[in-house]
Amino acid sequence: MTRPDPSKKSDARAWRKPPFIANPLLRYGLLVLLAGYLSWALATLPFNWERIGEGLPRAARIFGGGFPPNFSRFDLLLTGFTESLQIAILATLLGVLLSIPFAVMAARNIAPLPIYLLGRTVIIVSRSFHPVIVAILFVAAVGFGPLAGILTLTLYSIGFVGKLLAEEIEEIDWGQVEAMRSTGAGYLATLYYAVFPQVLPRQVGLSMYQLDSNLRASAVVGIVGAGGIGSTLMNAFGRYDYDFAFAILLVIIAVILISEGVSGWVRKRIW
Amino acid sequence: MLEITNLIKRYGQDEPVLKGLDLAVEGNSVVAIVGASGAGKSTLLRCINRLVEPTSGSITLNGTEIVNLRRRELRRVRRKIGMVFQGFNLIDRLTVMENVLAGRLGYVSLFQAVTRRFPAEDIERAFVLLERVGIAHYANKRADELSGGERQRVGVVRALMQEPEVLLADEPTASLDPRTSEQIMVLLQSLASELTLPVLINIHNVAQARSYTDRIVGLRHGTMIFDGTPGEFDKEALDAIYGGIESPEDATTPPETGSEERESDHDPA
Amino acid sequence: MVDNDDLLAARIWRRHNPREQLARYGAMLVTLMLVVWAVRDIDIFWPWVWDAPNQISSLGSRMWPPDPSRLSEILDAMVETVHIATLATMLTIFIALPVSYIAAQNTTPNRACLWLGRFILVASRSVNTIIWALLFVAIFGPGVLAGILAIMCRSVGFIGKLMGEAIEEIDRRPVEAMEATGASKAKVIVYAIVPQVVPAFFAIVILRWDINIRESTVLGLVGAGGIGVILQGSIDTFAWQTVATILVAIILLVLVGEAITALLRRRVI
Repeated sequence: MTRPDPSKKSDARAWRKPPFIANPLLRYGLLVLLAGYLSWALATLPFNWERIGEGLPRAARIFGGGFPPNFSRFDLLLTGFTESLQIAILATLLGVLLSIPFAVMAARNIAPLPIYLLGRTVIIVSRSFHPVIVAILFVAAVGFGPLAGILTLTLYSIGFVGKLLAEEIEEIDWGQVEAMRSTGAGYLATLYYAVFPQVLPRQVGLSMYQLDSNLRASAVVGIVGAGGIGSTLMNAFGRYDYDFAFAILLVIIAVILISEGVSGWVRKRIW
Repeated sequence: MLEITNLIKRYGQDEPVLKGLDLAVEGNSVVAIVGASGAGKSTLLRCINRLVEPTSGSITLNGTEIVNLRRRELRRVRRKIGMVFQGFNLIDRLTVMENVLAGRLGYVSLFQAVTRRFPAEDIERAFVLLERVGIAHYANKRADELSGGERQRVGVVRALMQEPEVLLADEPTASLDPRTSEQIMVLLQSLASELTLPVLINIHNVAQARSYTDRIVGLRHGTMIFDGTPGEFDKEALDAIYGGIESPEDATTPPETGSEERESDHDPA
Repeated sequence: MVDNDDLLAARIWRRHNPREQLARYGAMLVTLMLVVWAVRDIDIFWPWVWDAPNQISSLGSRMWPPDPSRLSEILDAMVETVHIATLATMLTIFIALPVSYIAAQNTTPNRACLWLGRFILVASRSVNTIIWALLFVAIFGPGVLAGILAIMCRSVGFIGKLMGEAIEEIDRRPVEAMEATGASKAKVIVYAIVPQVVPAFFAIVILRWDINIRESTVLGLVGAGGIGVILQGSIDTFAWQTVATILVAIILLVLVGEAITALLRRRVI
């Protein structure tokens, strides 16, 4: 080649990797946008550097006070856990049962439109709020203690199980419903014979999963006063009882791992 | 020149897969290695570039002993050994050009590799080779958009980018339809003579081995039981290699018929 | 089976055979016993339970109508919440990727690293965001830094675990091909592993960002910045109509977050 040929072929000889985003405007635009966002976020966020500077000695004090973890008040720990477990069991039971009508309401293929919108709204609202926010409202309404925890986690379960169950119902084999209807069965009989058998295995698996996540969540909602081990943990933290707090944390981790293992095993057996 | 002496490979305490193999390949000869599944063909090839660690024995490439090399020196030797795979082993989400340039990874720096800033002569070489196999117009296509035969050409070009001193091909045609697999065999054969490159091909298809190679090596249970020209490879040799072994491929078809008529018989299912 | 045949012969039909029936009754009995135990043992003052609907509806009536007078303050806090979630997600990536690399069985350098990686993932996942926040508020004082660190600590486990699984599920063959070219370990990662896990990476990070938006709305309840601080303040001062405004704002934020996530998922993947 004597001189550079402007045709496509000689262009190709100097190969460059085709960029990830083909449009250069968009490519550099995104980079500028990212840099702009980062500087905006970092500039506007209120960091209290003075207080943050004290962090290291404080961390040393907390961890120094936390080790070794103190298991001497084991009975208190046990009481907290029993309460968490009870909250989780009752909330799962109520939540799974109540999720069925809401799921039926929120399934487009078997619910009329107004009912569908109502069911969807309930599910969306209960899914939008983190359980801790719901817990703090229930604590305000019905007072401190496990009742607020049960109500919170029931709502949480309705949102989660209800959504997945509604999706499951929307995907059922419609032929079975038609078959039941053609026998002259009523609405409830159709639900019971043609819809529920198709979603039952999924519902059992979801319940096990929900029991596991309610147990996790029950440790958290206690932090805002809704009973269970979370309340015990919050009290220990509030009284600067770091060694007891770390003991609680370790037990929470252990229980979560065990519960994850058990629920995984059960779900594997059922599916 | 590639020289293998007394190569033994055993996995754990099992019966050895290779039981003292001796093989020397030089010049631009195309050698077919035939044998039933489990005869040790694939292990033999992978011992040469040490994707599989040989248990004992010696492998030398142009005078360099490969068997006891350490990491860095091993990578230097691997650059000189091109390999073509049965499943093509392309990186699907990268472009054809990136796949081809990946053959230079043993030569370029990590920075060049990450930023795809390969030397101009590598890129030139890539285009020349892609043109040679007829797929230069696909350079910026993603590898998974190509057909099987095109993908194997990319695999061959990637291996040639290494400027290899020997080319290993592990069942290069087994994933292709009969017509395309003939084309790949022709390609390997002509590249061997163009580049004066010894080529070792593991192959199930005895007819193709006979038509496109200069020498056939037969393995059975990890031992070499045949070594000769395609002309010498007769019914007796075939029976010795495959006889009594229930092969899923119909490799026991008599070799006297010409390859063209029987292509479809060897269609790998 | 025999039992069942007898029954059929006698024209008796039952939904479940006796063994199934026994298992079902057993499972029901265990569930029932657990529920009875939970109900009897739990520390609840039952009259409150019967009063709960009244209390809840009374609280609801005090919230109506939402009071928008502090709207600009709420909006600022919302932006802060989004910042916490976004910055934390971005920063998490830099920690989660190396951890997932050492926690994946096929890329980990050695067993010690594997277990270290798995320990980090389990520790991170087992402690809830709000408990992490509690810890960091105690260390660094109330504010957004504690919130960002809390979200990061929880996200490392999530992103790290899923990325580790993505790495373990890659196709091994391109890795083999890259090793055969004489590429170093780093180059093999860049060429054969990274392209295979890029789609999973985007999907996982987007998913986690969505979750983090939700999580960062509650950080303020323990003093770690964001909308939760105002929420807690309004609850403490019984400003229920402001609380209602905040709740509506949170729903809108979560829905917008979900919409953006869905959009990104479609565009990127």
